[in-house]
Amino acid sequence: MQSTIPTPQTPWATSIQQRLNTAGLIMLGAVLAGVAVKTTGLSGKLGFATSFFFIASLLIFIQQLRLRDLQAAKDSLLSSFASLAIVLTLIPILSIVGTVVVKGYKGIHFGMFANDMTMASVNDPVTAGGLLHALVGTIIMVGVALMISFPIGLLTALYLTEIRGKLARPIKFLVQAMSGVPSIVAGLFILSILVIPVTQELTGLMGSLALSILMIPTIARTAEEMLLLIPNELREAGVALGATQWRTVSGVVVPAAKSGLVTAVILGIARIIGETAPILLVSGGADALNFNPASGPMGSLPFYIWKAFLTGGTEEAYARAWGGMLILLIFIVVLFSLARYLSGRKVA
Amino acid sequence: MTLMENRSAAIPAPREITTKPRRSDQIFRAVVTLGGMSSLVILGLIALFLSIKGFNVLKVEQLSFITESKWEVLQDGEGKIAESTFGLAAMLIGTFLSAFIAVIVGVPIAVLSALYLTFYARGSVKKFLVSLIDLMAAFPSLLFGFWGFIVLMGSAEYWAKLLNKYLGFIPLFDVPAPIFERSPFIAGIVLAIMIIPIVTAISREIFDQTPLDRIQAAYALGASKLSMIRAVVIPYGRGGVVGGAMLGLGRAMGETVAVYTVLNVVYQINWQVLFGAGGNVASLILLKFGEAGPEEVDALMAAGLVLFLLTLVVNAISDILINTFGKKGR
Repeated sequence: MQSTIPTPQTPWATSIQQRLNTAGLIMLGAVLAGVAVKTTGLSGKLGFATSFFFIASLLIFIQQLRLRDLQAAKDSLLSSFASLAIVLTLIPILSIVGTVVVKGYKGIHFGMFANDMTMASVNDPVTAGGLLHALVGTIIMVGVALMISFPIGLLTALYLTEIRGKLARPIKFLVQAMSGVPSIVAGLFILSILVIPVTQELTGLMGSLALSILMIPTIARTAEEMLLLIPNELREAGVALGATQWRTVSGVVVPAAKSGLVTAVILGIARIIGETAPILLVSGGADALNFNPASGPMGSLPFYIWKAFLTGGTEEAYARAWGGMLILLIFIVVLFSLARYLSGRKVA
Repeated sequence: MTLMENRSAAIPAPREITTKPRRSDQIFRAVVTLGGMSSLVILGLIALFLSIKGFNVLKVEQLSFITESKWEVLQDGEGKIAESTFGLAAMLIGTFLSAFIAVIVGVPIAVLSALYLTFYARGSVKKFLVSLIDLMAAFPSLLFGFWGFIVLMGSAEYWAKLLNKYLGFIPLFDVPAPIFERSPFIAGIVLAIMIIPIVTAISREIFDQTPLDRIQAAYALGASKLSMIRAVVIPYGRGGVVGGAMLGLGRAMGETVAVYTVLNVVYQINWQVLFGAGGNVASLILLKFGEAGPEEVDALMAAGLVLFLLTLVVNAISDILINTFGKKGR
């Protein structure tokens, strides 16, 4: 006797027929919106987009009302508005990335990685000068900021996850509060505590210190999240084998969270690499190559972009600014993808 | 006989068990605790040093520093400072105005986007959208500012004119002169675009924590997505979303570079959001800092202190809201 095994069915899923109907309604909406733009006072892309959205949602609303009931029709409205919102969120992202790539492409040339701006002004053709000094300055400043922030951020995270003292809750709160400190306040703080009373000189080191204030909370919070992912069994195993807490943390917990901590560092760098306001206040901003963070003004990518954009005004200056912006954006995208990749591989 | 000897050798002498950590652990704990206090120390130092620098100005101006709106340094013939008045009110109003526009425009879009990401998007599309929006949160404010100035300004000016044409009878949307470029409205929209990824990320996390059993229960009772969200998700996540919106408000209030590039920073009280003049505290600091004499620097430090305290309060409220509603729910 032959028995037939029924194929699994999903009667609740939207059928192709329904999908086609909805697509048809959306097309109809687009046509009607086109008609509305032609015949009424509405004009331009904005008029078309607005009328398209309202007509299409109305059509789907009526379709749902006819097929089912008012509840389903209202439900369709929510999905229309949610889709609208995500489109509105995506437009700026795509527009920003597109603008930077299209406009920055012209400002990129090979010599820019070998020259600084001592012999060129921002209004010279883009092939003159370059951003070597800015690149070097940014790398040095971010590197020094990292050397200051990483130990502090890691210790804060360890306090929150390993010691869990009485103050853990307030400290967590303060770290959160610190991440909301406006970047210009960080710059003012370094001015008030070091530059004006002590050194009297704007240097790359001051820029690093200001950036550290913005970097510490990012590193501390990410590192804390990563350390919390380490299973408690590992800590217990370490202690049960007779290790002290110090040995457990340094020999078991931190190595297990290594890739997570690298993620924290990368996100910290991505947070500060494009930070402009404190750099403008305290790092001086130079057009010449400077390898010494402790003396003399130091250039940086944000400063390079800022200067080309605000003091220039010619096509060349804008191309220069967008070129610098493209380099900065590439840095951020690479760092961000790296962080995604590392934290995607499960910790330990 | 040998058996007994072995046994007594196998049992170690009883020993004291102590909970006192060893020397190495004591040092470790001390160092980590010290490092953990750093955020407290840094925040304290910021408040302390900005107060010290700003003290002279605050002592002279007292409360009028935040209630008056006059920021002037008059010099006599020899270039010495003859008279100076510092009042921050115009910029404080500008700060709140642009930040509120950002929240009013940005938060509904962000919350609906978060709803879309949590309850509509699926699989790889969801993953891609989430990382794209997270990436946007990492864009530097410089980029938003220039993009706003070069690309968005044209469209935003057009929207401003539309608003003025049809809603001009409301004083808020009226303009004294037809200058729509570089207005607080456009700055607010740029700030809205900046806070959307942040508020979306937080709202999405909050919505993700809605207990699955309640969602399933609502569906089992025949709820549509809308009624499920209204009955379960919104009551559960309301506080957290408000906290996320406050965080966005804090970010928008402290923003410097984007506002400076987009807005025409002029020291005047401007309630007419479509008119091209205004500013916020942070952009004032950046604008005045370049040519400020020692006394004006002190005044700018005091302004920084006000901004610092303002964002601290807003952030504190948002943190409390997110933590009480986000983690435990009702």
